[in-house]
Amino acid sequence: MSDLTLAPNIAGADDFYAELLATHEGLSKSDSDALNARLVLVLANHIGDRAILTQALAAAALKSEE
Amino acid sequence: MNKIFEIPLYAYERSPDQDADTPVRRKVVVVGAGPIGLGAAIDFAQQGIEVVVLDDNDKVSFGSRAVCYAKRPLEILDRLGCGKPMVDKGVEWNIGKVFFDERQVYQFDLLPEDGHEFPAFINLQQYYFEEYMVNRVRELQAAGAPIEIRGNNKVLKVEEKGDHAAILVDTPEGQYDLEAEWLIACDGATSPIRGMMGLDFVGRIFEDNFLIADVIMDAEFPTERWFWFDPPFNKGQSALLHKQPDGVWRIDLQLGWDIDKEEEKKPENVIPRLKAMLGDDVEFELEWVSIYTFQCRRMETFRKGRVLFAGDAAHQVSPFGARGANSGLQDTDNLVWKMKLIFDGIADESLLDSYDYERIYGADENIMNSSRSTDFITPKSDMSRVLRDAVLDLSEVHEFARPLVNSGRLSVPCTYDGSPLNSADALLDGPARTRPGSPCPDVPLGDDFLLPKLGDKFTLLTIDAEAPESIEESGVTVTRLALSTKNDPTQMLKERFLGDAESGVYLIRPDQHVAARRPSFDENLIRAAIRRAIGKE
Repeated sequence: MSDLTLAPNIAGADDFYAELLATHEGLSKSDSDALNARLVLVLANHIGDRAILTQALAAAALKSEE
Repeated sequence: MNKIFEIPLYAYERSPDQDADTPVRRKVVVVGAGPIGLGAAIDFAQQGIEVVVLDDNDKVSFGSRAVCYAKRPLEILDRLGCGKPMVDKGVEWNIGKVFFDERQVYQFDLLPEDGHEFPAFINLQQYYFEEYMVNRVRELQAAGAPIEIRGNNKVLKVEEKGDHAAILVDTPEGQYDLEAEWLIACDGATSPIRGMMGLDFVGRIFEDNFLIADVIMDAEFPTERWFWFDPPFNKGQSALLHKQPDGVWRIDLQLGWDIDKEEEKKPENVIPRLKAMLGDDVEFELEWVSIYTFQCRRMETFRKGRVLFAGDAAHQVSPFGARGANSGLQDTDNLVWKMKLIFDGIADESLLDSYDYERIYGADENIMNSSRSTDFITPKSDMSRVLRDAVLDLSEVHEFARPLVNSGRLSVPCTYDGSPLNSADALLDGPARTRPGSPCPDVPLGDDFLLPKLGDKFTLLTIDAEAPESIEESGVTVTRLALSTKNDPTQMLKERFLGDAESGVYLIRPDQHVAARRPSFDENLIRAAIRRAIGKE
């Protein structure tokens, strides 16, 4: 079973972060929340692997590994 | 106009039991002549077991109520002799459309699997469903079967006495005492018997109300299931449109929690809502309106001594996915053959522990599925709604999101994994869908199908394998059904029962669930599997 990647993995991290902010630029709070929700679903589908998704949910909840 | 649900189908008649000096003891008393009670009674009668059904009414269900019936219950009903008239009358549908706000986000085709005698689903009003079951009861009576329905016989008191249940019954001509060696309570979600016996019924109450209306109209709507999330005519809520036979359409409108039920039910309030949905120019007649709130809960145990609970009396689910009547019929399908073995002195009463294990397993699966649908349809928090709407918005553009849309997951029978009646799976290359505990899927056999050949007896199904024609073990006779993949033009027998295995031997229970399977016949192991399947190992 593969593990969730928690080491730095995005080349050009600053560029990605800027793009993420730009995507939200000018949106109301509720439109931004909706966009984030869609983004989560798009990324989750790309990952697909149920075990990895469970690890990602725990990582996002700031739960330490057992 | 006289509807079938306005005509007494089992009018009150005085029974000699009412004039007996001491209470008459009946073998089996079923309380409730709904789909589950009638299903149980027909099954008992077909097995030659005396059964009396008590109902506090004398008519079939008022209004359409449960309208969706799935394949497995239809297969069970076929075994009970009334599945085919239901399919003939019922409406079959395959296309579903999902709307969000003002637009259709996508449509789907159920694409039912080929090679089954019965459709994946039919829509049929519960009053027709019950009428066909009552017809079957009359047919059995005409053939001399020991089955009786007593209308307007209301149970006032039940006491469990260890070797029987004492029942006090009220009738239009006064009260009488009756005893039952076994009492099957199929008296619905509000089960008065459960209340009389002080038994628990715990779970989750959903804070919502739904208006359900049957309307008769000559509309151009196709035979499809339409589901709306947050439509303009019912802002912030959901709606469902479903076709039934006779030009009757079922409409469900979510109303929210804080409403005045009596006000909302009045035609002057219902009709404008329906006009907003159907359009001003559609002519319709309102047949029936009801408002319901639902709960997802079950009893801790479905048996209290000589009293057994089945259907909504034992477990209640949200209506999404049609898991109420459909799962209730699987309860009695699971129960009756076990009771028959106990009556015949072949099995001990402890076999009924497996009824609890297996049907609680089924109830929990249904409660889980219908709770998830409910949480999607009526989000319980702001973020839950944001995520739900994100799924719907994505589903319009991207196929990946469509499986996440949950307006009810169609009822499918559960596999009794881990049941004490199962033997370990010994057909390791076999398909997962027919592992021990599974309901047998149907398979076309020339002009016929597999399930009717299994019937309601223990069967040893051999596929390209040798075995004796019949085995006697611990009082059970198991008859062989020999099939071959050489005579399997559709390859469905191979696909559903062998997979990559060369041959297979299946021990199949009277409720058509797999008890054991192996690549070949081994007398000692099959005998052990038979004993295990009747609770003797």
